[in-house]
Amino acid sequence: MDLRRDVFQAIADPTRRAILTLVALQAMTPSAIAENFDSSRQTISKHIQILTECELLEQEQNGREIYYHFNAKKMKEIADFIEPFRKLWDDRFNKLESIMKKYKPKK
Amino acid sequence: MERKTKISAEENRHDLVITREFDLPVELLFKAHEDAEIFEEWMSHDYGKVKVLKYETRKHGGWEFQNSDAQGNVVFRANGVFHDFILNQKITRTFEMPDSGFDVQLDFLEFTKLTTDTSKLTMLTVYRSIELRNAMLKLPFAQGLNMAHNRLQDVLNKLK
Repeated sequence: MDLRRDVFQAIADPTRRAILTLVALQAMTPSAIAENFDSSRQTISKHIQILTECELLEQEQNGREIYYHFNAKKMKEIADFIEPFRKLWDDRFNKLESIMKKYKPKK
Repeated sequence: MERKTKISAEENRHDLVITREFDLPVELLFKAHEDAEIFEEWMSHDYGKVKVLKYETRKHGGWEFQNSDAQGNVVFRANGVFHDFILNQKITRTFEMPDSGFDVQLDFLEFTKLTTDTSKLTMLTVYRSIELRNAMLKLPFAQGLNMAHNRLQDVLNKLK
């Protein structure tokens, strides 16, 4: 998978997180999304574009309108991406615990 | 009882917190960080063996270890300085992997007694930038293992 944008970077922005929260509740058109923000429509479009590029949002054509859906699967990947790091430390600490349970202080 | 390791890595920040409760008295938890031989043992895993080269467990003392693959090739070295080394309470240290492209990180390890037989470790790590933190989080997955030796690729393939 070759993503043009880093997912972490995409969700680092508060406006983009707000957009994700909105769209997670229901599929929305770009103009409906933009109505929720003070920023210009152009700015919001740019945010939507970034979120779409990293697959956090999915487009769906409905008649003449384009609706954006929230891609929950992608959100899970973000959590999964920390998981190997967590697992690494969990394995180390499990080992630490079992070693120290057998530990006898040298006199 | 399962005592899981938790990681809190908030977006848009250049730090992360690792917490873990242990079924061990705080003295033994600290001992595992103080004794170089024990440290070597629990830091090593199937695809990397840690060997401590220097471990001066005192304020302003230095430390260094190397990590070798299953064939005995040194994959990377790590070193730093202890800024604080308070028995059964606290270790503050810097950590860097020379020539890795990562900058120095700062680790604050706090050892807390919960009961006579249980304890908690809280490790706060500060990175130079958000990008470096996120890259480091991905490390065990890819970069960390092939950082120096392509021969580790076969190990990576087995992990997939």
